[in-house]
Amino acid sequence: MNNRLKTLSNGIIDVSPLMIPVVPFGIIYGVIGMELGLSAYMTFGMSIIIFGGASQIVLLQLFSGGASSLVAITSVTAVNSRHLLYGAVFSEYLSHLRLTWKIILSYVLIDQAFAVSNIYFKKNKENEFKHYHLLGAGFTCWTIWQISTILGIVLGSVVPEELGLSFTISLTFLALLINDFRKFKNVIVMLVSGIVATIGYNAIPFQAYIIVAALSALLVATIITLIDQKKK
Amino acid sequence: MHWTTIIYCGILTYMTRFSMIFFLKRDILNEKTKKVLSYVPSAIFPAIIFPPIFLNATGSIDIDSNPKLLAAIFAIIVGYFSRSIIVTILAGLASYWFLIFVYYQ
Repeated sequence: MNNRLKTLSNGIIDVSPLMIPVVPFGIIYGVIGMELGLSAYMTFGMSIIIFGGASQIVLLQLFSGGASSLVAITSVTAVNSRHLLYGAVFSEYLSHLRLTWKIILSYVLIDQAFAVSNIYFKKNKENEFKHYHLLGAGFTCWTIWQISTILGIVLGSVVPEELGLSFTISLTFLALLINDFRKFKNVIVMLVSGIVATIGYNAIPFQAYIIVAALSALLVATIITLIDQKKK
Repeated sequence: MHWTTIIYCGILTYMTRFSMIFFLKRDILNEKTKKVLSYVPSAIFPAIIFPPIFLNATGSIDIDSNPKLLAAIFAIIVGYFSRSIIVTILAGLASYWFLIFVYYQ
């Protein structure tokens, strides 16, 4: 098989298991968008324009709390600031590519695609078509996310509100942290963030509690990192 | 919600992905910065998780007979042992439904 096609299909195959939780996540997003009274176009448009599950749900939650645009935009950017790390890690593998490739690949550089392509890149540094792996993984995520958003939009008009599906927002984010529950330092950072947000929810104006809580927790994370480095 | 808000969010989200790939020739970020960035999910997600669980409709902290809190604790335990995202979500949702539709009825 052509090396490009082979790498592309490797990307698709590698990322597929990670799509299992993405489907219900996308459905939840679509359902909640409809429950909060957004139009179907807007709910779907967010999936195309932003293409980031966590930040889209944050945007919905802030929207329902009456946050201003500025707070919404800042919070979404804060949630997505982790992508800076992905880009920084991948720049080593992608910096030689043409601008067009960088523009396309950046659009699909999300958590799941980063996770599998990072493993592949480390093992296949010699493959000159290795970026096809990210292309395959990324656009698989994209396709699955759009389809499950549409499913959620359709279901959202029939799912009764009594089921309390908005609770799945908390559950989904909680589930995304399961790998960090075992790390004591991460748990400290989580508690700082959660406690500041809960106390600040009413005390901090303009629904800026997510930003304030995240910055406080990152400050603690920075202190932990600095202490760790001194020990070494 | 306005389309312009969504478009700004989209542009900024895209820039978080694009900027590093575009500007970095070599690995400029030092180890310390990378380590701190790796804490970003732990620093942000609890700020989204906690308030809807702990605060009731009037906005005060509710710890007694709070089905969301109990279901979240159950989900954490299941997540800790299963390490599966989907199992964690389903466990939390199932226990929440049990509490609100059966136990507290």
